[in-house]
Amino acid sequence: MSELEQYSAGSRTNIERPIKDPGMEPHRERMTDKSERHARNAERQVALLFGISVIGAIIAVWGFLAFPIVGGDLSATRNGAFWMGIGMALSLLGIGFGAVHWAKTLMPDAEVAEDRHIARSSDETRAKAVEIIKLADGESGFTRRKLIRRSLYGALAFFPIPAVVIFGDLGPSVGDTLKHTMWRSGTRLTKDPTGIPIKASEVTIGSVFHVIPEGLSELEHHKLEEKAKAAVLLVRVNPADLKEDPAKAGWSYDGIVAYSKICTHVGCPVALYEQHTHHLLCPCHQSTFDLADHCKVVFGPAARPLPQLPITVDAEGYLVAQSDFLEPVGPSFWDMRK
Amino acid sequence: MSNATEPKTALGKTANYLDERLTLGSVLKNFGRKVFPDHWSFMLGEVAMYSFVILILSGTFLTFYFQPSMAHTIYEGSYAPLKGAEMTVAYSSSLDISFDIRGGLLMRQVHHWAALLFVAAAGLHMLRVFFTGAFRKPRELNWLVGFFLFLAGMGAGFTGYSLPDDLLSGNGLRIIDGMIKGIPLVGPSISSGFFGGEFPGTEVIARLYSLHIMIIPAVIIALLAVHLMMVVIHKHTHYPGPGRRDDNVVGYPLMPVYVAKAGGFFFLVFGVIAAISATFTINPIWNYGPYDPSPVSAGTQPDWYIGWLDGALRLAPGHMDVSIFGYVIPMGVMLPLIVSLLFLAVVAAYPFIEAWVTGDKREHHLLDRPRNAPTRTAIGAAGVTFYAVLWAGASTDLIAVFFQMSLNHVLTAMQVLLIIGPILAYWVTKRTCLSLQRKDREIALHGRETGRVVRLPHGEYIEIHEPVDKYELWKLVDFKDYEPIMPRPNKDGKITLGTKIRASLSKFYFEDRIAPVSKAEYELAHADHAPETIEEPKRKPKQIKAKK
Repeated sequence: MSELEQYSAGSRTNIERPIKDPGMEPHRERMTDKSERHARNAERQVALLFGISVIGAIIAVWGFLAFPIVGGDLSATRNGAFWMGIGMALSLLGIGFGAVHWAKTLMPDAEVAEDRHIARSSDETRAKAVEIIKLADGESGFTRRKLIRRSLYGALAFFPIPAVVIFGDLGPSVGDTLKHTMWRSGTRLTKDPTGIPIKASEVTIGSVFHVIPEGLSELEHHKLEEKAKAAVLLVRVNPADLKEDPAKAGWSYDGIVAYSKICTHVGCPVALYEQHTHHLLCPCHQSTFDLADHCKVVFGPAARPLPQLPITVDAEGYLVAQSDFLEPVGPSFWDMRK
Repeated sequence: MSNATEPKTALGKTANYLDERLTLGSVLKNFGRKVFPDHWSFMLGEVAMYSFVILILSGTFLTFYFQPSMAHTIYEGSYAPLKGAEMTVAYSSSLDISFDIRGGLLMRQVHHWAALLFVAAAGLHMLRVFFTGAFRKPRELNWLVGFFLFLAGMGAGFTGYSLPDDLLSGNGLRIIDGMIKGIPLVGPSISSGFFGGEFPGTEVIARLYSLHIMIIPAVIIALLAVHLMMVVIHKHTHYPGPGRRDDNVVGYPLMPVYVAKAGGFFFLVFGVIAAISATFTINPIWNYGPYDPSPVSAGTQPDWYIGWLDGALRLAPGHMDVSIFGYVIPMGVMLPLIVSLLFLAVVAAYPFIEAWVTGDKREHHLLDRPRNAPTRTAIGAAGVTFYAVLWAGASTDLIAVFFQMSLNHVLTAMQVLLIIGPILAYWVTKRTCLSLQRKDREIALHGRETGRVVRLPHGEYIEIHEPVDKYELWKLVDFKDYEPIMPRPNKDGKITLGTKIRASLSKFYFEDRIAPVSKAEYELAHADHAPETIEEPKRKPKQIKAKK
């Protein structure tokens, strides 16, 4: 143990063991070592496994050919995948089990030992390595010529900067896009995904509508981006159940309230409504909002209430927005209040 | 120039050709009989590596058909329920792979199952390395490489399952977007850069695609190469036992035994994945529908290896937005981020922490049985528990539904468990290890209980104890053991803060310790018995001895 002993053992204890290392246990012979008959049997088993592998490959090819895809017939897809997979599995497992069985029964199973050496290079090697570095340093003047060295550091520090800057157009600057949605004064509330406007009279107490702003479906570009901000949940509750907030008086219409559907935690759609508690639940991380109390957070990791969309009805009785949301919807971000 | 051995056969000529150009002869001479120790737990890393090969093979098939585009299209494929639906090309090409390309569904499922297995096997391999102390000198750096491999595996998995652009994966991206936006100062800009504008944008699938099929696999291959190179340099560790020492390696030679076993094992892993993929559906994207920011299905869950991060998001207490000068720091997002990063940092740094505490500068090639390093094992158990609670936290809703409990109570219980669980696990594991060590001592000193109770002539009842043979005894007594260090003054006569911390950590680690049996103890225990039972070479000593 000479090589290993040269290092500190730290706080390791050093006791005398009751016996010396007895060395490896004597090898025990297998049946295949002792009897030629067993060895021959093992040989046949290995060959059988390799044979099964060939059959598996044939099954897999058959599975491909036998189930052509004819439009609309999903059973071909299913059966094809099944037989190709089973065939592949047989073909692979046959080789795997065969090789392992061969190694375990017929190849020598006596363990052998090999010496190790510590990772550290020998002192002479190290001295040689240091010498080479010093020689290279002397020949190049890396240490001696400060001007070259320092200007090189400078160049190396600056050259990657363009590589970073060039990625500057990965995305447009954020601006205040996160603070505005499609809702404007007078935008009708329409059903998601049909885009049919909603009359106040058809919203019965307890019913829930998934709402998008009028015109969203007709957008040529950025439809999903706008929807990801503007999705709204519309619910009618008994006006007596709603808690009053003087700052938001007149934001609802006869017990009909509209709240952003985008969770203020990390942005999942808050899609579950429990009628008798007036709670909205986000299925992703279970943030729970009390619809009757301005969607305040009553449970879960969200920190802010869901923003309310001020609504009213237009001359024809359709529900419309009074304005955009008055605060950013969705997950909180750094400068959302600026 | 004596060419006395000019080859005659075709094989000989080929070998000669290659050797004269590639020095193949000396490569074979050096590595052909390289010894690999055998143990089932050493195959976990192999499973991970083979899964990765399977991922590359099945992934290559998928790249021939998948189109990473977020352009809009109308679905016209075989799956009737979605016919006529508006979706992205990425989603429709994923559906085509599943339904309209022969072998496509199988390859998608092979790819997904192999990915799940890849991360699982890598994680279990890390646990094996941790609990056996295989990360000690000279392998600390390889632990770090492995750690980054695990992270890269998670990254590969996440970027992969986001590609089909279905409702489930889209919501996953939405969550990532929400987390990124919460990062102070740069969050919204990073989000815009990642998505090419506002979420979801039209760029992100293509970007994830280049990450998933090029950059991350390249990183994994590079790290894997370094990982394996270091295994060659260090040679594999082995478990303690007779004849196994820190300066040798005991096992089977590469050629032929290990080639057959490890090579065969690749086919076994691939075969099992193929069998699972043929019979069990994974990620049925056609059930979820195309991504739309408005709907979401209840009981959504990420792939298992992202679960712990999702759980961290769920378990964070609410109402925690911090406001500084009107700027908002959403702690509901930042706290889980910070906690998971800290957890990962501790995992990465552990080998260096333990080396500092023990001060042991020697190379360790002989593994520890987990019981023989009680504090490390207990720390590991605490870490596993912490991870497991976060992971289970990603299923609070499903647990609540399945057991018909209140969702709120399940979540609160998880929050409590996250703190209490690791402490309990630490304590139970440490006590269990110490008890197992005591039992080992007992067996080493007095032999195994045989269950045979005999009555002596003078009326005393004793149970016969059978001493263990020398090979078994060696396994029980051959382990390294550390003592707590005292804080000692340095040359200036001062006890530095570092020394104090180190001393108290050393106390934490090694104050409760069961020392291995020493020669003196052993001889004392055997004073009135015939000591030669131990030296007897037979496997089963005939002589029996009674315990006093």
